[in-house]
Amino acid sequence: MKRAAAIALALMCSTVAARAETIAIVGGTVHTVANPQPIENGTVVVRDGRIVAVGQNVAVPAGARVIDAAGKQVTPGMFNAFTAVGLADVGAVRESNDITARNADYAASLDVSYAVNPKAVPIAVTRIDGVTRAVVSPQPGQSVFGGQGALIHMGDANDVVFKPRAFQFVALGEYGGELGGGTRPAAYAEFINALKEARNVSKAQFVATGGQRAPIYNRADLEALQPVLNGQTPVVIWVERAADIRQVLGLRSQFPQLRIIILGASEGWMVANELAAARVPVIINSLQNQPDTFERLGSTMNNAGRMAAAGVTVALGTMARDESHQARLVLQDAANLVGQARVPGGTGMSWADALKAITLNPAKIFGVDKDLGTLEPGKVGDVVVWSGDPFDLMQAPTNVLIAGKEVKLESRQTKLRDRYLGLQGESLPLHYRY
Amino acid sequence: MKHILLCMSALLALSACATTGSSGGGQGSGSSTGAASKAGNGASLTKTSVVRIDPNPYPSTYQPYPGAPTLIRGATILDGKGGQIENGEILLRDGKIVAVGQTVEAPGDAVVIDGRGKFVTPGVIDAHSHMGNYAAPGVQAHSDGNEVTGPVTAEVWAEHGVWPQDPQFTRALAAGVTTVHILPGSANLFGGRGVTLKTVPSRTMQGMKFPDAPYSVKMACGENPKRVYGGRNQPPGSRMGNFAGYRQTWARATEYKREWDDYTAKAEKGEKASAPKRDLELDTLMGVLNGEITVQHHCYRADEMANVIDMSKEFGYKVSAFHHGVEAYKIADLLAKENICAALWADWWGFKMEGYDGIKENIPFVHAAGGCAIVHSDDPNGVQRLNQEAAKALGAGNRAGLNISKAEAWKWLSLNPAKALKIDDKTGSLDAGKMADVVLWNGDPFSAYSRAEKVWVDGALLFDANNPKLRPVADFELGQPGEGDAK
Repeated sequence: MKRAAAIALALMCSTVAARAETIAIVGGTVHTVANPQPIENGTVVVRDGRIVAVGQNVAVPAGARVIDAAGKQVTPGMFNAFTAVGLADVGAVRESNDITARNADYAASLDVSYAVNPKAVPIAVTRIDGVTRAVVSPQPGQSVFGGQGALIHMGDANDVVFKPRAFQFVALGEYGGELGGGTRPAAYAEFINALKEARNVSKAQFVATGGQRAPIYNRADLEALQPVLNGQTPVVIWVERAADIRQVLGLRSQFPQLRIIILGASEGWMVANELAAARVPVIINSLQNQPDTFERLGSTMNNAGRMAAAGVTVALGTMARDESHQARLVLQDAANLVGQARVPGGTGMSWADALKAITLNPAKIFGVDKDLGTLEPGKVGDVVVWSGDPFDLMQAPTNVLIAGKEVKLESRQTKLRDRYLGLQGESLPLHYRY
Repeated sequence: MKHILLCMSALLALSACATTGSSGGGQGSGSSTGAASKAGNGASLTKTSVVRIDPNPYPSTYQPYPGAPTLIRGATILDGKGGQIENGEILLRDGKIVAVGQTVEAPGDAVVIDGRGKFVTPGVIDAHSHMGNYAAPGVQAHSDGNEVTGPVTAEVWAEHGVWPQDPQFTRALAAGVTTVHILPGSANLFGGRGVTLKTVPSRTMQGMKFPDAPYSVKMACGENPKRVYGGRNQPPGSRMGNFAGYRQTWARATEYKREWDDYTAKAEKGEKASAPKRDLELDTLMGVLNGEITVQHHCYRADEMANVIDMSKEFGYKVSAFHHGVEAYKIADLLAKENICAALWADWWGFKMEGYDGIKENIPFVHAAGGCAIVHSDDPNGVQRLNQEAAKALGAGNRAGLNISKAEAWKWLSLNPAKALKIDDKTGSLDAGKMADVVLWNGDPFSAYSRAEKVWVDGALLFDANNPKLRPVADFELGQPGEGDAK
């Protein structure tokens, strides 16, 4: 309970910088996500950062600022379940990029919340496309442990991290094997041994193994693993191959309290029933359909739909696709699942389920669904008004509210656009146009 | 990260295989010749031949597969050149488009397809692909797209590294892509020679090769060459070095062309002359200077594109298209004036410094300035959704106040890339007489809900979403998980 209260506080404090405001969004088609049936001509009222009313016959409170959503669609803000937003200004400019610590002496204890820059250009670029929340993850550099990821909002604020140390990141597939010393067993040995040592940090011996590799853990790292061990913090484990997924599920026989979230899972459809039975959720790239590694041979765009049909909780993320800059594209990822459902022999998702995969499901997976993921009274006021179907690639948000505050639909990109729109002979260089 | 690597290398391939012109005999490099008798210029009747460089030593063996005469009725037709016909009809026969219109006459034996609620377009053309050169699975052993052993490798040819069994080709076909231009990567100033392929499954590269499509040479600006070679403490280590490298190479190519031109002129007149020594690198560049090989130049920044344009005038060649051109919108007027296409992503940005200024309106701004805008992929996943990339760009452009129709925007996907590759006389629009490279979409192709339902290449139905038997499976995927699955 203390944790929940702290999160709630962070949600509020970190976003609502301006005065409290009451906003009523009226006349739109409201997709609450809580209910698959949309509310036509619905009203959403947001006050002091929270949603206070949603429905067809909701009175607009006196003094409320009204946003006319007639002919438009209203949804919760989108929640991207795997990104690196705020960790890099330019991917290939190493000094601006805090995603992977290649030469650190620490691993599991690394905490990305130190690096998240609320003023990074990708944050504004992402929010104006309707993505208001994101999982921000580090990537492992030298160890199978990547460190502790955070949950952020995309508000125009000085602090956007609303849940630091929200999960631990671990790689156990092909890449994990490489990091672990060259094989999958090496990766598992590192992971399992570190968890065992974390059970009793005071007795752990922090000595080098004598090989070429540095000690693979230290006191800080082991301490960071304790909440993972006791199930207080989930662990996001990146694996793709069906066989690897089964091995990960089997880890709970040794560590029964692990809260496992599987990332990648390109062959998850092959073991969908086992994932469902184990109640382990997945975060996937819904577009993955190429055998581009030996651990992803079974890739198909039917993956998301097949796993969901088996009862697996599926959320969508932007891993390995420029996760620092393109988190906004998760809407296109979801939209394609609707398309996949229309392919003969294809399994996709219904429109409502696809929306859930980028709203409620990420919130559930990371334990913040009490506050986020749907449009319901009491939830945080992340609301997006769309010019049309949010999955229509030619439509866009007309209004974005994050924690009850409407943000300007402006970014460095829109400023460049406006500067160069209608380029022709100028009376002054364009540098004077802003 | 993978795409950064791909963008990194540009290879200019130069083809040069000399054969004797009149006899068609063996390699003739360097041998002296007399006048060909057919030159008919007088005294010498010595029966010798002029040494010429074979422009096509790895010729296409592609033959269109059989196709039934096919009539699609009731569809919304986007003709690829800006036109739209509601409830229209199109007839394909003998590999060609026969007629397109509100109604067309069809032979009695034509297969009739009900296109109501569906869309018909020309096949999508991707002007920038590395499929086959960076095949799936993406293991080091499949890394064949960058000859990173020197900054000027115009002598290598992308086609010699294409693995036709790359499963990625089948995904592209299923996504309505019928033609792809395979370019070397962008590590080098001159990366090598690019090749145009059809997405027809084949055992050999030659079996995919687009008949009579010109080669290209891939060049690369900016960060990649200077990083790759500067990091080894060898030139180029800066943008200055990049241009010095280009210009010195073009100067050598100019000299080489002069030698060949002088030799050929003399030899054709029957004067005694020795053929210049063959240089595969300069063969390709001479092909550019002769207007036979196109230039596809990877270049992100506006200022660098302007420098390249001046360089092309300095050495007397033409840039066919700038690729990636994240800042093309900043010089959309210049590109239109110079008649240079811009092959672009809809919304990639920020992954490298020279891509920091990307905007979603790049493609429509180039279009609105009267330029030749192209949606390209550079990516085996993006190639499957080029139509969706166009939709995002179109939506952004129109929100910015432009008024571009979907029919106009389809130029970005077929006719404009065809122009950049100089195959627009053969494909790229639904015109009678052109190759029947045609896609039937199960809905509006500007929607993520739609997919290619049927894909014809030269009139042959090579993908049909309704028929699992028309779902190609590469050798690599046989006996592997997911073989034959709907992807």
